[in-house]
Amino acid sequence: MIDFSSLLPFALVGGLLGLDVVSFPQVMVSRPIVAATIGGAMTGNAMAGLSVGVFLELVALGTLPFGASRYPEWGSASLAGGALHGLALQYGGPADGALILAALAGLLAAWAGGITMVWLRRLNAAWARRVLQELHAGDARTIIGLQLSGLSADYLRGVVLTLVVMLLAIPPIQMGMDAWPSLPAVSGAVLTTMGGIVAAGAVWKLFHAVPRSRWLFMSGLLVGFVILLVS
Amino acid sequence: MSPITETPGAGPSVSGSGGEIPLGTKLSMFLRLLAIQASWNYEILLGNGIGFCVEPALRRLPGGSKGLEYREALARQSNYFNAHPYLASVAVGALARAELDGEAALRIERFRTALCGPLGSVGDRLVWAAWLPLCSLIALGVFGMGAGPILTVVVFLLLYNAGHLSLRAWGLHVGMTRGLKVASSLGSPWLRRGPEWLGSAGALASGIAIPLALYRIGGADHSPVWLFAFVLLLSVVGGLALSRLPARMEGWRLAITGLALYVLVTMVR
Repeated sequence: MIDFSSLLPFALVGGLLGLDVVSFPQVMVSRPIVAATIGGAMTGNAMAGLSVGVFLELVALGTLPFGASRYPEWGSASLAGGALHGLALQYGGPADGALILAALAGLLAAWAGGITMVWLRRLNAAWARRVLQELHAGDARTIIGLQLSGLSADYLRGVVLTLVVMLLAIPPIQMGMDAWPSLPAVSGAVLTTMGGIVAAGAVWKLFHAVPRSRWLFMSGLLVGFVILLVS
Repeated sequence: MSPITETPGAGPSVSGSGGEIPLGTKLSMFLRLLAIQASWNYEILLGNGIGFCVEPALRRLPGGSKGLEYREALARQSNYFNAHPYLASVAVGALARAELDGEAALRIERFRTALCGPLGSVGDRLVWAAWLPLCSLIALGVFGMGAGPILTVVVFLLLYNAGHLSLRAWGLHVGMTRGLKVASSLGSPWLRRGPEWLGSAGALASGIAIPLALYRIGGADHSPVWLFAFVLLLSVVGGLALSRLPARMEGWRLAITGLALYVLVTMVR
């Protein structure tokens, strides 16, 4: 049985991280590598959060928040992903299953979060339309009011999203953990292949037009291998 | 003549005739810039946010916040506007300066329209496509080299926000200082060449960071080396293939599909 009140802190912090994506203050605490670590830390296992966060960060490299484009919302989703990994490890069962299931839940939550951001933008537009006359009259209270309504609605969106994701994801993750056969090598390979493909595709798109990018990438790869061998 | 390419000598002096803007007002504008996108929407995009950020400076217009000039200026500044949220600070500073200097309304409106394009494209290329991925990759590299949660997160946040907050502060300062002549500042070498420099650093960092991060999250202790080498090869080949697929086949969708299939197969077996 899920204790609703125990999920409330996650929802409240998830709301703040969702707010950071676009509305305020965009200091990128909403990036997966940060938000998932916070989620994990809230369960007492920051490292569990970070490992989900690193996978989601690799995936997020390919989704940059360009203007009006639609993209996954990583803030609330990554907090949920990191927290779910920590909770799954507490529940018990194979560690590789916990990581895979939490990462999948984080990705699905980011997808759902992206949809809620489109709803929020439409809601903001409807509010702006309703007070267009006051805006054209230069009414400061209306302008400030619109900003505050947008902030509040976005925070509420993040809170509800985090809560719903946690409520929906915990039962299937627990079922999954009960049935998961321990396959650490295969699970690790699947997770790294997925993260690797998406990240490699993203950095190619981002940097391939840069002069000597192939040589720089290959030089980096060489340095990386040397570090791996040394360590 | 485009209002963004003012000829030298045209318009007000660089320091402006509207007087110095007090530090408290500048601070208030800077803090408001952090919430510039709070009411972002598909109708007026960043428009309301611009009005919100310029508002503290407009109180210094003749008649104060009850005056007609204040209301007219605020109405002008709350119309449709689009820009990168960080570089919108340039617009906020320049528009505040222009209003306080008493520039003609038509001139301000033309200038405002002309600013949208450059501030959007420069910001997107500099921040979203270069600075953010570079900071992400550095944090992934730090993690891959064995750093714990606190160090990884602190490195990312300090590095990213050193650039982020400096850019916002620079934009506000340069906008307020130069007013309608701010276009020349947008042509500075670090803004024009910055994306390329950061892109070079990003290409190098991605070669180092991605394999290291993959090695660590893949469970380095229980995976044979040949499997990791195969995963890396598959990542490079798959990444190149993914980058050539239609835009709708985005990486995150592929990741969801791949992981969901793996979970299904594992549970059904």
